[in-house]
Amino acid sequence: MNVLNKTLEIRTSPHLKSAVSTDQIMMHVVIALVPTTLFAIYAFGLAALLILSVTTFTAILTEHIYCRLNNKETTITDWSAAITGLLLGLTLPPALPLWMAALGSVASIALVKLLFGGLGYNIFNPALGGRAILQAAFPVAITTWHPAFLADRFSSIPSSSFAWPFTTGTYDAVAGATPLGNMKFNQVSTDVTDMAMGLTSGSVGETSAVLILLGGAYLVARNMMNWKIPVVIFITVAILSGIVNFFNPNTPTPMFMLLSGGMMLGAVFMATDMVSSPVTDRGIIAYSVIIGIMVTVIRLWGGLPEGMMYAVLMGNAVSPLLNRSLKSRVYGTGKKGGAK
Amino acid sequence: MNEANNKLDTNTFIKGLWKENPVFVQVLGMCPVLAVTNSATNGMAMGLATAFVLIMSSTLVSLLRNFIPKQVRIATFILIIATFVTVAEYLIQAISIDIHKALGAFISLIVVNCLILGRAEAFASKNSVGKSILDATGMGVGFTFALLCLGGVREILGTGTFFGIQILGASFEPWILMILPGGGFFTLGAWLLLFNYMKERKAAKMQEATA
Repeated sequence: MNVLNKTLEIRTSPHLKSAVSTDQIMMHVVIALVPTTLFAIYAFGLAALLILSVTTFTAILTEHIYCRLNNKETTITDWSAAITGLLLGLTLPPALPLWMAALGSVASIALVKLLFGGLGYNIFNPALGGRAILQAAFPVAITTWHPAFLADRFSSIPSSSFAWPFTTGTYDAVAGATPLGNMKFNQVSTDVTDMAMGLTSGSVGETSAVLILLGGAYLVARNMMNWKIPVVIFITVAILSGIVNFFNPNTPTPMFMLLSGGMMLGAVFMATDMVSSPVTDRGIIAYSVIIGIMVTVIRLWGGLPEGMMYAVLMGNAVSPLLNRSLKSRVYGTGKKGGAK
Repeated sequence: MNEANNKLDTNTFIKGLWKENPVFVQVLGMCPVLAVTNSATNGMAMGLATAFVLIMSSTLVSLLRNFIPKQVRIATFILIIATFVTVAEYLIQAISIDIHKALGAFISLIVVNCLILGRAEAFASKNSVGKSILDATGMGVGFTFALLCLGGVREILGTGTFFGIQILGASFEPWILMILPGGGFFTLGAWLLLFNYMKERKAAKMQEATA
């Protein structure tokens, strides 16, 4: 037996292995996020730069310390921790106190990812899990928005950013309402072109729909992202909100629904997380439809203006179930002829 | 019945506090542990009420242990426990109506706390009255201590107060999450982590000493 093992590699299929490794995929995700990140820094200035650096650095540090404490080789070299940190930073409001951002980063990596077993074992998308914890802990701070394109955004930093740990930030600028908030609480719609270009207020990296789609298209071209997930989510949301809008013109139009809030960022970069989405084709469609329905329901009839985060987390929660119940038919078995 | 060892030793009492702590080691009675520990006051009130019921019912079960037929023992235990839960409920109502309101249905639910039934079945029905009281007191104090640990952490982080007294400055940003149900799970997880870490370290030290 020993002799055999040395000369022959005996294993089950698949025998053809792709040359793509984790760190390569992660590198391409970073490239896809570059336009969004640069635009975020351009729109919100130093505040965005600070928050993105803090979340990314804290995520890497948390992963490194955890591996050290467990006497394991550090896993920061696969870049997944850095991406989680960066994605978390992109979902946070720009003027959020930095200590909260750091806390969210620690929660993302330690609670949502590493405690479940690390990369590949986490049930929920780590960045969104961390954001959900922040939303539950600091509901006011995480919905206090900062206006985009302030004149002094490259020379001054919002005073709330440097609030001492455990203290409330003092907000100096007049808080800018997001398009979704305006729609929900003031029944004021925002120009669709502004939202597509990212000229509105919102979380650090969610404002420019066009650049997020560009990054997504790059990943699809590299065959590193399942394009069905965002497409099915967009179609579900458009159909549902279209029906509602047809009967009640006061509700947001399908175009508004697609371009506002975290819809783009969530559908393109969060829902497509390879670890926390289902593996089969039918599972993926069911998963995307569930996310689309949930986000529409929360936005139109829920108490919160935005529901993308909870919708994706709910999709993550049901994906093990979808994996089990919507298995692909094994070739040669089942209804379509084959062995009985 | 095994009543050979009727000596009243301190271990019967101490084990409930630490080595066999009902919450941190046995993980029993999770329903009140997670539900009502959103402040130190609530945690302590719940702990004391449970300890009262535990001690009284353990005493009575132990006194009656030779009269209760084996077939109906569980029903009898529940009846005894329910009697004392009713007493506890009226006592709390008399002492503080606010705490009674805060604890709500969880006072009545002490009846189904598996810690109490567990001690009656596993200890009081097999041991002398003195030992049973010692055991129940140890477990009750351990349970109260655990609830106070959880309630204290959750109240300090969730509202910045401890027993209602402001201890963190006025600019403290409360972590709303900690007084929500989710905070109960996080805090319990953190305490269990600490307990298991200490247990493991102690075991490693013991092994080192013997080797």
